[in-house]
Amino acid sequence: MNDALDVALRLLVVFVVFLTLPLIVGQTEHKVMAHMQGRLGPMYAGGFHGWAQLVADGVKFAQKEDIVPAGADRRIFQLAPAVALLPYLLVLLAIPIGPGEGAVGQVLDAGIFFVLAVMGVGVLGSLMAGWASANKFSLLGGLRTAAQLLAYELPMLLTAASVAMAAGTVSLPGIVDAFEWWWLPWQIVGAIVFFVAGLAELQRPPFDMPVADSEIIFGAYTEYTGLRFALFLLAEYAGIVVLCGLTTVLFLGGWHGPWGADGLGWVWTLLKAAVLAFVVIWLRVTYPRLREDQLQKLSWTLLVPLSLAQIALTGVVKVVIR
Amino acid sequence: MSLAEAPQGFLSPTGVEIAFLLVGLVTFGAALVTVTTRQLVHAALWLVVALGGLAVEYLLLTAEFIAWVQVLIYVGSVVVLLLFGLMLTKAPIGRSPDADSGNRWAALTVAVASAAALIWVVVDAFRATWIDLDGPAAGSTEVTGTSLFQNWVLPFEALSVLLLAALVGAIVLSRKAKTDSSSPPVNSRVATKSSPGITESHGNSLSSSSGRNGRTGRHEGNARNEQDGRGGRGGRDDRDGPAEQEGAR
Repeated sequence: MNDALDVALRLLVVFVVFLTLPLIVGQTEHKVMAHMQGRLGPMYAGGFHGWAQLVADGVKFAQKEDIVPAGADRRIFQLAPAVALLPYLLVLLAIPIGPGEGAVGQVLDAGIFFVLAVMGVGVLGSLMAGWASANKFSLLGGLRTAAQLLAYELPMLLTAASVAMAAGTVSLPGIVDAFEWWWLPWQIVGAIVFFVAGLAELQRPPFDMPVADSEIIFGAYTEYTGLRFALFLLAEYAGIVVLCGLTTVLFLGGWHGPWGADGLGWVWTLLKAAVLAFVVIWLRVTYPRLREDQLQKLSWTLLVPLSLAQIALTGVVKVVIR
Repeated sequence: MSLAEAPQGFLSPTGVEIAFLLVGLVTFGAALVTVTTRQLVHAALWLVVALGGLAVEYLLLTAEFIAWVQVLIYVGSVVVLLLFGLMLTKAPIGRSPDADSGNRWAALTVAVASAAALIWVVVDAFRATWIDLDGPAAGSTEVTGTSLFQNWVLPFEALSVLLLAALVGAIVLSRKAKTDSSSPPVNSRVATKSSPGITESHGNSLSSSSGRNGRTGRHEGNARNEQDGRGGRGGRDDRDGPAEQEGAR
């Protein structure tokens, strides 16, 4: 009974985190983008600096009519947002934010594989949406999504494998436990490649070719309205949370901080993830969108060789220090 | 996550067996629908269910590592590749009456024969083997890695050579398609590579006549040239794209 309660409590906490952190990232994006562009951003909803803007947005989305195009494949069209969103909820279960059993939803033996595998499944949602909408822009968006995933999955996996090699384990808490400060310069190339590839997998600017609004309206999500559209947006922000959390755990030492990991370890994890989330927003404001061919080129001619070099370096150092 | 590894779940050991059977039935059903449905994309999506069901079976057998790799490779990559191919070629919404193969009976014979062979091998190999679900996981990453790299190194290396051969073969095929412009395009990248000779001469004249600042038609020339895979470093600057690439050539 106690165990069931424990599991229920963990699930509840992860679910609450899943519902709040993406909204916080979204609100931060509103404000940070606005200030970087010399405007104020939302100021009215909720009173203080428009803090309730996203809540208001949610209410608005919920009120809108849920339209399924006549020519669409009804069931797949309706299923797609769930397929896009749920994997991120599952991934959050496995990301540790502090030392010990208490600070992770579920300790997994092969956590790194679980996380990357399930994140890849989320893209199926975009593909389903793109195909089922019966819209040429959606189909183009779906195609671009698939091409992008195929290109960026490989460097992401390779760099994650590099960290796993360095730590000698594929469990996420195990990797953070093995972390030393000098891993940071050692794995920095891998960290950057992982982060960039993750951005591309989330279709965040400058890698938002699949939803390029000036070319293909909104890609795979063109035909969506109301709550289902909101779910796709939520998936994107949940993806940011997951990517930042993962990069923190794999490359930035998670709960390790300058003054030890006792007690306040989870603060370090959240802080590092928040800084990374800020960088994600920053990149969106700074860089224009890449073209589809530039995107492929970046992955195959730069990121893949870099990640292979990182693996080689990791292997050499690992053998030397042994 | 894994039912079998939950410390004190509500499933008794026989419960795990029941779950195994049920998931197996679902997997089998999804596989049947995959090959019988007349909607192409639906077939690919049912394949996701079948492959996912297999991953759950691995989990129930405590082979966590294999399960996640199954999801990563098959659901995450192979099915995405399948869907990509379908969307590029032919993916109508609704039924495709012409999707049936003419050699249905030959396919059925091959399928039944290979299934019988596999079942016979598996049954014969693991006849009296029981997995202790309560003990240390028999299929954990560590156990899998140890047995793979101690007992099965030779098959592993042979497989990697096989994959390498496939990789080299793919590169050779795509290079051939590039030089031989009359061959039918296989996929989009090859298509842009092999199709028009116009863009090449266009790009050349652009670079020779107007140098770095050639603006007319830069979009088209630039896009085609970059997709050709020569030069350029994936920069975002449209303007000096074509000239520099042609120079690098």
